[in-house]
Amino acid sequence: MKLSLRELVVDFRTPDQGRLPALGPISLEVLPGEFVCIVGPSGCGKSTLIRTLGGLQPATSGSVAGDDLPITRPLSTLAIMFQDANLMPWRTVIDNIALPLELAGVDKARRHEAVYELLPQLHLQDFALSYPAELSGGMAQRVALGRVIVQRPRALLLDEPFGALDAMTREKISLELLDLWRKGRQTVVMVTHDINEAVLLADRVVVMSSRPGKLVADITIDLERPRAINMIYRETFLRLAREARAAIDPPDS
Amino acid sequence: MAEVGETKDPKPRSRTIPISLVQLRRLSPLFSVIALLLLWQLITSAEIYPAFIVPPPAAVGEAFREALQSGLLVKHLGVTLEEMFLGLILGLGIGLSIGYAIAKLPILEYTLSPVIVAFQSTPIVAYAPLLVIWFGSGPTSKIVTTAVIVFFPSLVNTIVAVRAVSPNLRDLMNSLNATPWQTFRQLELPSALPVVLAGLKTSATLAVIGAVVGEFVTQGSGLGFLVTSARNQYDTPLVIVTVLTMTAIALSLYSFVVLLEWRWLAWRRRSKP
Ligand SMILES: Nc1ncnc2c1ncn2[C@@H]1O[C@H](COP(=O)(O)OP(=O)(O)OP(=O)(O)O)[C@@H](O)[C@H]1O
Ligand SMILES: [Mg+2]
Repeated sequence: MKLSLRELVVDFRTPDQGRLPALGPISLEVLPGEFVCIVGPSGCGKSTLIRTLGGLQPATSGSVAGDDLPITRPLSTLAIMFQDANLMPWRTVIDNIALPLELAGVDKARRHEAVYELLPQLHLQDFALSYPAELSGGMAQRVALGRVIVQRPRALLLDEPFGALDAMTREKISLELLDLWRKGRQTVVMVTHDINEAVLLADRVVVMSSRPGKLVADITIDLERPRAINMIYRETFLRLAREARAAIDPPDS
Repeated sequence: MAEVGETKDPKPRSRTIPISLVQLRRLSPLFSVIALLLLWQLITSAEIYPAFIVPPPAAVGEAFREALQSGLLVKHLGVTLEEMFLGLILGLGIGLSIGYAIAKLPILEYTLSPVIVAFQSTPIVAYAPLLVIWFGSGPTSKIVTTAVIVFFPSLVNTIVAVRAVSPNLRDLMNSLNATPWQTFRQLELPSALPVVLAGLKTSATLAVIGAVVGEFVTQGSGLGFLVTSARNQYDTPLVIVTVLTMTAIALSLYSFVVLLEWRWLAWRRRSKP
């Protein structure tokens, strides 16, 4: 699915009836099957951008579109993953992953079939009947990832999906995400605060300015795929990471 | 439940004691009951008070047997139970639904708050006579008294519980295009259930109070009536039997809610190993 933002602006209303410009104007096009990472200072509107693409937040002006059709409400072909795992504590791992199918009216046998097929890729096969309170942070995020993948979406919107995890777990799980993406070839828009992670995963790294977020750099990552963790020592990698960092904190400021 | 008690006593000496400390802990609530009974027996044996004021346990046991055999207790118990259950269902039904509506539409709370706060800060006993004037001295007035007393805690608990539903999970449900019914059934209901059940424990015991207060005021039948009529006849053992019956109702209701929690909130007992 192709995703496009055209002159998108999102304002929020402040308590005193004023307007808080949160995002934009920003234009961006993400090609079908492309993996784009978004980085930018805290509060610059990254989550707002994801929510607008997800149909959860109306645009103040401009537009967002999926395959050139305006997005005004959540699409079933587009799945969002939020910063925390956001699991339902009263549901087991399989029932959490199966939630989207259940809401779509898929019967229980077919739901479980689909979920059990996913569990090995998520390294969760021994935890099918565990409750979220029994999982580690990394496992909980894998469940959340499973809940996104099970929808067989054509585009994934990931808002700092591994932000709460320790560096080692994050590295591991983000490479697993790449694996899943290689098989499914969905369009991915992922927000992260980790520049190295962005360069390692993405085809393009988009850098946003501080609030209201505008596009300040759009860096094509010409590292070959499949990506591996030892690429972070390459000259090209370091150059691209430096370029992205310079765009976030301009040297003259 | 008593995981703490599960820990092994490090001292091997304790193994020689036939009853372990863990068992002792489990039985400890019984001791307070036995101690109370002993104290009661002691007071009556010492004849500190005359028997018609503090009858001995045996006399109360005898009164219980009589009241059971004559059908007196069962008859009045049945009346109270019926009023209480109907009142509980009515009060809960209204409390839960208005509570849900208020939680979803904050403007409603703003509109209704003066009425609710005024109503809630008045002692319920004061309403009972008024409710008798309006609903007659039949069962209706007692059902309504019970419903009113049950209404507030269930209302407040529902508002708190539904407001506490995670906004992130609401976002998730929205992003999955959940219908309002699906959001209610799959998110709001299971999320609110722990708080609502905790409130139900309070409501259940209040329901007994509601029904009995109604019976005090109207007279006629029910355990509340039985207490007053026994007192008028200086039948203290029967008064005690009736009061203990009320205690038993409240305890059974409470235990029933605990049982519901055990069944419906099984996931809460599972924590990280
Ligand atoms: N629902 C809302 N109502 C009012 N203001 C909001 C709302 N959501 C976000 N904002 C404001 O919009 C701005 C952008 O928020 P957003 O969450 O998109 O930032 P972000 O880039 O995701 O930040 P972070 O990196 O810290 O997650 C912030 O100033 C925030 O306070
Ligand atoms: Mg954010």
